[in-house]
Amino acid sequence: MSGHEVSRRTFIQVSGGAGAGLVLGFSLVGCRRPAVATGALDEGALNAWIRIGTDDSVTFLISESEMGQGIHTALAMLLAEELEVDWARVSTEHAPANRTLYGRQSTGGSTSIRTNHERLRIAGASAREMLIAAGAARWDVPVSECRAADGQVVHASSGRSLSYGSLADEAALLPPPDEPTLKDPAEFRLVGQRTRRLDSPEKVDGSAVFGLDVSVPGMLTALVARPPAFGGSVRSFDAAAALAVPGVRQVVEIPTGVVVAADGFWAAKQGRDALSVEWDAGDFGEASDASIRELCRELADDGAVVADKGDVEEALSAAKTRIDAEYDAPFLAHATMEPVNCVAHVRDDGCDIWTGTQAQTSAQDIAAEIAGLRVEQVNVHTMMLGGGFGRRSRNDFVAEAVHASKALGAPVKVVYTREDDMRAGSYRPVAYNRFSGAVDESGNAVAWEHRIVSPSIIRSIGGRLQNGVDPTATENAGDLGYGIPNLKVTYADPELPVSVHFWRSVSNSQNIYLTECFLDELAAAGGRDPLELRLSLLDAHPRRARALRLAAEKAGWSDRRADGRALGCAVAECFGSIVAQVAEVELVDGEVRVPRVVCAIDCGIVVNPDTIEAQVESGIAYGLSAALYGQISIENGGAVEGNFDRYPIVRLRDMPQVETHIIAEGDPVGGIGEVGLPCIAPAVCNALFAITGEPIRRLPIGDRFKS
Amino acid sequence: MPEYSLNVNGSPRTVDVPADTPLLWVLRDELLLTGTKYGCGTGQCRSCTVLLDGDVAFACLLPIESVGDREVQTIEGLSDDRSHPVQKAWIEVDVPQCGWCQPGQIMSAAALLAEHPDPTDEQIDEWMSPVLCRCGTYNRIREAIHVAAKEGGR
Repeated sequence: MSGHEVSRRTFIQVSGGAGAGLVLGFSLVGCRRPAVATGALDEGALNAWIRIGTDDSVTFLISESEMGQGIHTALAMLLAEELEVDWARVSTEHAPANRTLYGRQSTGGSTSIRTNHERLRIAGASAREMLIAAGAARWDVPVSECRAADGQVVHASSGRSLSYGSLADEAALLPPPDEPTLKDPAEFRLVGQRTRRLDSPEKVDGSAVFGLDVSVPGMLTALVARPPAFGGSVRSFDAAAALAVPGVRQVVEIPTGVVVAADGFWAAKQGRDALSVEWDAGDFGEASDASIRELCRELADDGAVVADKGDVEEALSAAKTRIDAEYDAPFLAHATMEPVNCVAHVRDDGCDIWTGTQAQTSAQDIAAEIAGLRVEQVNVHTMMLGGGFGRRSRNDFVAEAVHASKALGAPVKVVYTREDDMRAGSYRPVAYNRFSGAVDESGNAVAWEHRIVSPSIIRSIGGRLQNGVDPTATENAGDLGYGIPNLKVTYADPELPVSVHFWRSVSNSQNIYLTECFLDELAAAGGRDPLELRLSLLDAHPRRARALRLAAEKAGWSDRRADGRALGCAVAECFGSIVAQVAEVELVDGEVRVPRVVCAIDCGIVVNPDTIEAQVESGIAYGLSAALYGQISIENGGAVEGNFDRYPIVRLRDMPQVETHIIAEGDPVGGIGEVGLPCIAPAVCNALFAITGEPIRRLPIGDRFKS
Repeated sequence: MPEYSLNVNGSPRTVDVPADTPLLWVLRDELLLTGTKYGCGTGQCRSCTVLLDGDVAFACLLPIESVGDREVQTIEGLSDDRSHPVQKAWIEVDVPQCGWCQPGQIMSAAALLAEHPDPTDEQIDEWMSPVLCRCGTYNRIREAIHVAAKEGGR
């Protein structure tokens, strides 16, 4: 990749004739087979994604953000497969923000392959056919006598060939084909093969440029003093001491706090430490974990109905055994290794943004509104993302940088310290859950009531709930996949001022933990094996049952384990894929160890098997960190934890061996970036339940077993 | 402001900064060597790992006045062409995901192999566990260190 090239290309709206190149964009909304639309682009471009140089270099402009999930490599594989180019010549860049060319640009929800696998194959095939047509025209032979292979157009009967680079300018002037012919997947040479990441080389020598690495002429570095309590605000501030720090240039107020701008990070940090601010704590200034939980408990009985089937109350009262349980999941920070940051340069006639964002078009909208510009006057340069996990789709850091640049009249890099990043909100919502369940004489689960109280992400990002329900809070809870005849699920939003956001796998991250653990409680109450009970309830979901059986078999579910060691399982369907995990857990002197996790994943198709395995490992590491340690606590209305001492994550010695078994039989295409995460917490907790007989009803597991 | 003479990746460099400025911000903001990463500012994540006369050091905690004439080696100075065995192994095993922590991981691994040319899993666990990775590349880090060791380590 050449992500460190800070691109300043301007995208013109009208085709500029020879040398300007043709662009194919796709109208995206509601089309099964996207239709080709035309626009215009820069030199050497065959369409919005493909640029071929006269030196035969092939550059793919990828509209999705590379945040570690390997998407630039996977999408480049799809393009290269159809384009028929030598993989060794391929490099990728982040595409600019451009709604006309790419539609809404947002990398999240494990959608990149699902959204792009067809449209990028079409883009590759379209460019291939344009190059063939250009070659045929050059030789004055029928197109049908020419073919493409390895970056060349070949005319077999005359033995002639021309490289793509020598044809690109002519090809760019041709009309794109209406319906390019896609390759038969049986003939794929690249897609489906284990393929090395394109971005590894620049990530092993320090040359990859992330948002925090950006430097532009005249740039100031800024830290922002923000209110210590959520919902708080600045009452007044005294800038004198901050301005006295050498290197500090200006101190200004913006909507989220007070900006201290300096020549570099260290001066900005010293300046902010010296700054004196009087805060208005707001209505939340006394809030604590205890007060939040009390509020949630009060709301549990009055939730909006998410699902209602059979007669839960009757079934609960009639059943042989009933269990009532309260489950809690905490606020969680994303804690990307690169804290969020953004460089903005607002001018009278435009604005440039350099940042690692997961949402380019929203960044454009936000910047345009704050700067008083038209959307197309905002250039978004997407830099490498040092982790995303949902955090970098919030763009609060973009808004701050634009406000700061506008107020200071200079390019500004807004930097979050680790503590700023961890205390700034955008958390996985806290969730209080009240369950009632029942089993009959045979141990069959016959009743399931689940009352969810959890702050709404949709409300937090300015949307509206649907009939009192936030669907992003009830994934895999309202649509519980198990065939339990009497089911009731409700949801209530406690409307806290703490900002909450999409955290890798969203509410699957807590709901699969809660439901899969409560199901194990029902299994134990009915004297049933947890695996067998699940399979008995999955008649309507054969793909889930198959994945669960596979994981259990590979893990040796029926083998006996030594004392203090057990297996736990979980299965889920999310982001269009199926995931089942079996965790082997041991409890040694009160310490929880997870030596091995077996994962079966059914994601429909495989682009790069290495990426699937890496994402499963990644999801497990991220989810295990949360299960074992993760918690953002609230005191005096603000976050307590600020750094990795209080918010630990899994280390190398804690990382389980991970075995991934991929099922891909061409079923609907599924996502992968988040799918590895949700099952690890319940698999581990269910194993601990098997060892100790005590259910884990509150995360994190923490040091509860230590004496 | 005081002036400091440094030896960075084999080249003499001079900077004019306050004495308490951490080496990390001298590298990043003054010398524009941005391969060394900020992650926590408190020595807990080790993304900022550099080598000082070959020993691991945490640049976020190291005031510039304490560096002296020791040679500072950063990820940019590990090789000119990604030819260090650790870099080659990292590419072969496809270790990086987001990549932010990887300069710290790689510098730590290089120092490990200098000390233990053929480390055991236990030695790798002990040496590398302080270096945090949020993407969960740990199993591949372990594998790549073994690969690098086979290639002659340092």
